[in-house]
Amino acid sequence: MEAAIARNLGSLGAFLPEIVLSAGVLALFLLDLVFRGEGRRGRLTWAFGIVLALAAAALAVTPSSPRGLFNGMVVQDGLGTFFKWLFLATAAYTAGIVVHSKEISRARLGEFYALLLAVLLGMDLMAVSGDLLMVYLSLELVSLVSYALAGFRKDDVRSAEASLKYVIYGGVASGIMLFGISYMYGLFGTTDLALLGPKIKAFSGEVFVAQTLGGATAAQLALVVAVMFVLAGVGYKMASVPWHMWCPDVYEGAPTPFTAFLSVGPKAAGFAVALRFFGVGFTEAAGGGLVNTATVPWPAIVGILAAITMTLGNITALGQTNLKRLLAYSSIAHAGYLLMGLAAASILGFQSVLVYLAVYLFMNLGAFLVVAIMAARTGGEDISAYRGLVRRAPFTAIAFTVFLFSLTGLPPLAGFTGKYLLFAALLQQGGSWYVALAIVGAINSAISLYYYLRIVKAMVLEPPAGAGGPIEVPRTYGALLAGSMAALLFFGLFWSPLYGASLRATQALFRG
Amino acid sequence: MILPSAYLVVGALLFGLGLCGVLVRRNALTAFMSVELMLNAANLTFLAFARHPLRGAPSLDGSAIAFFVIAVAAAEASVGLAVVIAVFRSRGTVEIDALRSLRH
Repeated sequence: MEAAIARNLGSLGAFLPEIVLSAGVLALFLLDLVFRGEGRRGRLTWAFGIVLALAAAALAVTPSSPRGLFNGMVVQDGLGTFFKWLFLATAAYTAGIVVHSKEISRARLGEFYALLLAVLLGMDLMAVSGDLLMVYLSLELVSLVSYALAGFRKDDVRSAEASLKYVIYGGVASGIMLFGISYMYGLFGTTDLALLGPKIKAFSGEVFVAQTLGGATAAQLALVVAVMFVLAGVGYKMASVPWHMWCPDVYEGAPTPFTAFLSVGPKAAGFAVALRFFGVGFTEAAGGGLVNTATVPWPAIVGILAAITMTLGNITALGQTNLKRLLAYSSIAHAGYLLMGLAAASILGFQSVLVYLAVYLFMNLGAFLVVAIMAARTGGEDISAYRGLVRRAPFTAIAFTVFLFSLTGLPPLAGFTGKYLLFAALLQQGGSWYVALAIVGAINSAISLYYYLRIVKAMVLEPPAGAGGPIEVPRTYGALLAGSMAALLFFGLFWSPLYGASLRATQALFRG
Repeated sequence: MILPSAYLVVGALLFGLGLCGVLVRRNALTAFMSVELMLNAANLTFLAFARHPLRGAPSLDGSAIAFFVIAVAAAEASVGLAVVIAVFRSRGTVEIDALRSLRH
């Protein structure tokens, strides 16, 4: 008992970024009451930025050598640190979008920032969860606050409706996940992922367990069902089929800055959990590669989900005219691409997921930033509002084109790097099954080019609709657009820093 | 003497009942009740496995998890009901089928 308490207290030092964020949530709620008058918007944004900077400083000084914290509930390692940087960048970018957004009123800005920090805290905890209970709790923290943020504009019918759909789908998904966890607990007597790994490996040989549950087949089936159920909660966060139904409605109804955040942050957090769950629980490093230690064919399950997810996302996106909806289906398709990396079940596969998520951050947030600009300036989310944009706001139009090309995966942009690594991971595995999945991915990329190009065509070739005067873009937005484009070009040409960081993060997962 | 597996059967039935409830009933409040049913089914399974583990001595882990789940369920219900109220104020109904302002 004494030793356990001492271990918990000793863990606090390595938990500094999360402590800073928790304090930041409370501080923002208080500052929301203090800051009044004209400068409120700027001051609250500064406060939010300072909390993020403190969290980043805390993250920089926290060691990332692999070790368990709080008696195994939380794991400190390179993978968690990689994702924490990703989440911080997403939150900072979102704040950049919020600054000039008319959708978040000045009166409720403090509340918005405080809740956003709470989601950030939840995502950080998802990335470092070393225990299935912690996975469930952190996932619920992200979900519960996201419900509130999706329905942030209470007076807006669409926002409230999006929130309700989100809550119901989310409740079902987390309920299914919890039921899966309860069976994992029953089968193995623990929810600690590090302890689960060896137990799952030894599972098929255990006659005793098999007899209690009514035969070896039944026991195996129980494990497969439990894994599928756990995948439900994670897949819901990733917006992968068949847990994607909430995605288009919530993306359309939620305030645009939060939609941007939602399309990157929680999706990445879902992948963080999936990488750790399958990496620690179901695989082990052997002979330079990874071996599936369980009799559960999880790479096949994930691969089939990947194929269905990207195909459904891309096909449905073809018919969309609302940009937020179109990008929602595009983000479903990207969840499918990312699942390909997980399905490869190799070091390179895991790495490619990390690289793609980092690249995806810039291109998808950039795309949503353009949508936010257009919604604020022209009031239109429909593709017709983008007609002739190249003449009305040339820089924005060029930036949007770069983001869309990168989302398609055209060189020399970073989207190509990400896709290249995903496909390389599949082809490295060899078997006809992996090649088939890669072909499905390639066909899907071609389909996606069609609907992305449709937007580019409207912007460049079609005459402006209505008045068609020039659109003024705030300087913050211009800087964000330029920064995102620079990042996409940089990582498209020099991707070794990103590759190196992802390699270190992935190797940390398998060093124990 | 009640067999340990009986708890699991009841848990699975409750879970199925909850899942069907969400899928079939179109009232948001009923859907929430069904979600609660699913969480309680998971709790029952946790407690059954804590009391009658497949191997080794009974442990308190499952019971502890049940407490966490109860707390999360309460938080989820409060956020969910707040959303339902917001929808009811703007639409005057909580029937899920009536929510059609977002295209399908």
